[in-house]
Amino acid sequence: MTTQTTAPETPSAPVAGRTSGALGMPAPVARALATGGGVLSVVSTFLAWTWTSEFPGDLTVYGYPGGLQVLVLIAGALTALFGLSSYGVKGLTGLTPAGGDGALRFASLAAFGTAWYTVIAISSTLGGVVNLEPGGYLAAAASLIAVLGAHTLPFERPEPDPLDPDESAWEHIKHRLAHGWQTVKASYAGGTPRPVGALPSYAEILIIVAILALGLTVFTYGIGTSYDELFIGFLITAGFGFAALNKAGLVAQASQITARHQNITMVGAFVAAALFPFTQTDDQYATVGVYILIFATVALGLNIVVGLAGLLDLGYVAFLGVGAYAAALVSGSPSSPFDVHFPFWAAVLVGAAASLVFGVLIGAPTLRLRGDYLAIVTLGFGEIFRITANNLDGTSGPDLTNGSNGIASIPNLDILGFDFGAQHDVGGFTIGRFANYFFLMLIITAVVVLVFRRSGDSRIGRAWVAIREDETAAHAMGINGFRVKLIAFAVGASLAGLAGTVQAHVTYTVTPEQYLFAGPIPPNSAFLLAAVVLGGMGTISGPLIGASLLFLIPNKLQFLGDYQLLAFGVALILLMRFRPEGLIPNRRRQLEFHEEAEAPAVLTKAGA
Amino acid sequence: MTALLEVEDLRVAYGKIEAVKGISFKVEAGEVVTLIGTNGAGKTTTLRTLSGLLRPVGGQIRFNGRSLKKVPAHQVVALGLAHSPEGRHIFPRMTIEDNLRLGAFLRSDRPGIEKDIQRAYDLFPILGERSKQAAGTLSGGEQQMLAMGRALMSQPKLLMLDEPSMGLSPIMMQKIMATIAELKAQGTTILLVEQNAQAALSLADHGHVMEVGTVVLSGTGQELLHDESVRKAYLGED
Ligand SMILES: Nc1ncnc2c1ncn2[C@@H]1O[C@H](COP(=O)(O)OP(=O)(O)OP(=O)(O)O)[C@@H](O)[C@H]1O
Ligand SMILES: [Mg+2]
Repeated sequence: MTTQTTAPETPSAPVAGRTSGALGMPAPVARALATGGGVLSVVSTFLAWTWTSEFPGDLTVYGYPGGLQVLVLIAGALTALFGLSSYGVKGLTGLTPAGGDGALRFASLAAFGTAWYTVIAISSTLGGVVNLEPGGYLAAAASLIAVLGAHTLPFERPEPDPLDPDESAWEHIKHRLAHGWQTVKASYAGGTPRPVGALPSYAEILIIVAILALGLTVFTYGIGTSYDELFIGFLITAGFGFAALNKAGLVAQASQITARHQNITMVGAFVAAALFPFTQTDDQYATVGVYILIFATVALGLNIVVGLAGLLDLGYVAFLGVGAYAAALVSGSPSSPFDVHFPFWAAVLVGAAASLVFGVLIGAPTLRLRGDYLAIVTLGFGEIFRITANNLDGTSGPDLTNGSNGIASIPNLDILGFDFGAQHDVGGFTIGRFANYFFLMLIITAVVVLVFRRSGDSRIGRAWVAIREDETAAHAMGINGFRVKLIAFAVGASLAGLAGTVQAHVTYTVTPEQYLFAGPIPPNSAFLLAAVVLGGMGTISGPLIGASLLFLIPNKLQFLGDYQLLAFGVALILLMRFRPEGLIPNRRRQLEFHEEAEAPAVLTKAGA
Repeated sequence: MTALLEVEDLRVAYGKIEAVKGISFKVEAGEVVTLIGTNGAGKTTTLRTLSGLLRPVGGQIRFNGRSLKKVPAHQVVALGLAHSPEGRHIFPRMTIEDNLRLGAFLRSDRPGIEKDIQRAYDLFPILGERSKQAAGTLSGGEQQMLAMGRALMSQPKLLMLDEPSMGLSPIMMQKIMATIAELKAQGTTILLVEQNAQAALSLADHGHVMEVGTVVLSGTGQELLHDESVRKAYLGED
């Protein structure tokens, strides 16, 4: 039936180096439980989970999954599919090119996590388990069975290191813990997926379209989640679900296919992003969309500085601020001391140029010094910018920025007669103010992506990597370290300034407090850096995804309140411990963080 | 006519410790000149000073008729002096091809660069086979080949090699030495620092023996190879 080795004779003592699962469950039973649990989880979502529609999402309906049930449905279906695929069911084995068991474990965790979270949330919101209907019990039981089955599947256990009798008891405990951790890791291990053979181009392009559509759907769903519980469920399902797809080897195969058609993927991604406003019925979520886009674009600009050139800039948000203030000052706002109203293209040039000048002014004296100084100086510059903007109010200093009140009533843009403040009807869809700016921002994002790609793959990009890897050798190649660093710094600064010019118009008002080092509302310097590191240094998609998550999580989980920064810190520490290369690793970076891991035979170019 | 490289009374110090105490030598165009000597004699220090990574405290360096004393490291390459440093210093996480391209960083003649990459692959076929592989995955000897190939990519007037045979098996070493001979035959001027005195002197036009910061003996390669004190001290003969 399966090609797996069956559990050993003495199941109570799992033997290292052999394949065996927990609890001594025979493999066929475990697999059946996991798969069946997945199927039953799916079934449960068609039943009522609670009696009252007081719990958001209305889980009282039979035959029509709603709210969190949809997520359990997806996770359960994923579990069932991976389960069937691991049986070798024809037509489904393609789902798990890297082996199904690791994927099955993660999928079952997705179903289990979401179902149990829902059930517990229902019970605690409505006051007790009495509020559960049979469907809720079934979901809990089925997903529990799935997770138990999946986690009692046999796996290759690692050899423990022999214990040294001379070591202290504490060392022994550490030893056992380390081995335990190795075993846990081994149980989730996936194989290396086989490379995808070349399909006909149209098929590969269809696959790319499907991937992008999936991405857009997931993203739109995440933005559109209208209550806390749904967003948490979304994070659980999406997180474990992505891990499952990754273990199954599907992510690797998808990236192979997209890597073959980089330009098509890139254009497709922009088309998908441009479709986003059309999926929204009102401007509320377009607002979120445009803020995410500003944040993500600035993070991508920072990734040139941090990810490509390896320069730690802790005050990057100040360059966004310089651009925004510059654009605001020439926007014709009544609080601007200058009585001018530049056209947008001129304001963009002014904003980017102002940031460029500041970038060079900060960079030139510091980039000759060791990296640590740059971090300190940029941190200082960020704060100085904010405080200066606060003081240039006509009382403490010259009248330029209108102090803490900021430059207000910045008029909406008007480009070639297109009024960004007004609604427009496009093919039956109503496009509101924020959607207008969303499209404009998308163009800026495209510019930044283009600059990132061109520079990452070029001579200057190689010079950045060379300086980062071995400064001495880089000098021996004739690379002027100071100059290439300054270029990175200046390019990064002007891209942030560019984004700032749009931001000023989107937010109506530019105040110093928008440009903090750390604060609850992104973008601020700390969150920008976190978006880059979390997403994946040196990649394009990494900071975009990182910024989306870092914007949505605080935005959606209002109840975190004051604990938000704490939770953020904990999450960052955990991530750095377990996945230092970020969510989307750059191959070259991955090599840096996991020297022990086998080096990939072929390196891809910077950026993914 | 003046020599391609003229070093006169060069003195280099690390803080108060003088590592090179006034050495002089010349390299004529088309020649292979070798510096040999015990560990810590100051050979690496000399090369690093020539390529601008260290600043001399005294003396003169004239390359192609121009003083190098104040030229920063990244401009020395532009003048035609390439350095394959001790310990190879390849970029381990970049591909072999990118390593070679970095060697041509200051050049902008694309077709010429492509041709020279091909030339490096012809010289060291293993590099061509692995061109898309991370350089750090190469063996020590292969990394040395890459370091040499990379230094050649700048089309130098003078190639400085610091211990190209360090840590290599006898066969690898022979291969490297054969390549140096081949480069010499093609007319490349080379300043070679080596521990392996026998091999270095056999193919050098001139050699200089260094000891604690000074040149104690100079001569043609053959003269030094047959010099009694050299044979005793560096070729392990009694
Ligand atoms: N960075 C440094 N700081 C202080 N002293 C140094 C430094 N580098 C080298 N030295 C000293 O300078 C002297 C010459 O060193 P150098 O590396 O030039 O020797 P070498 O002839 O290349 O030796 P080897 O054959 O072992 O490579 C040695 O005494 C060494 O300890
Ligand atoms: Mg040396």
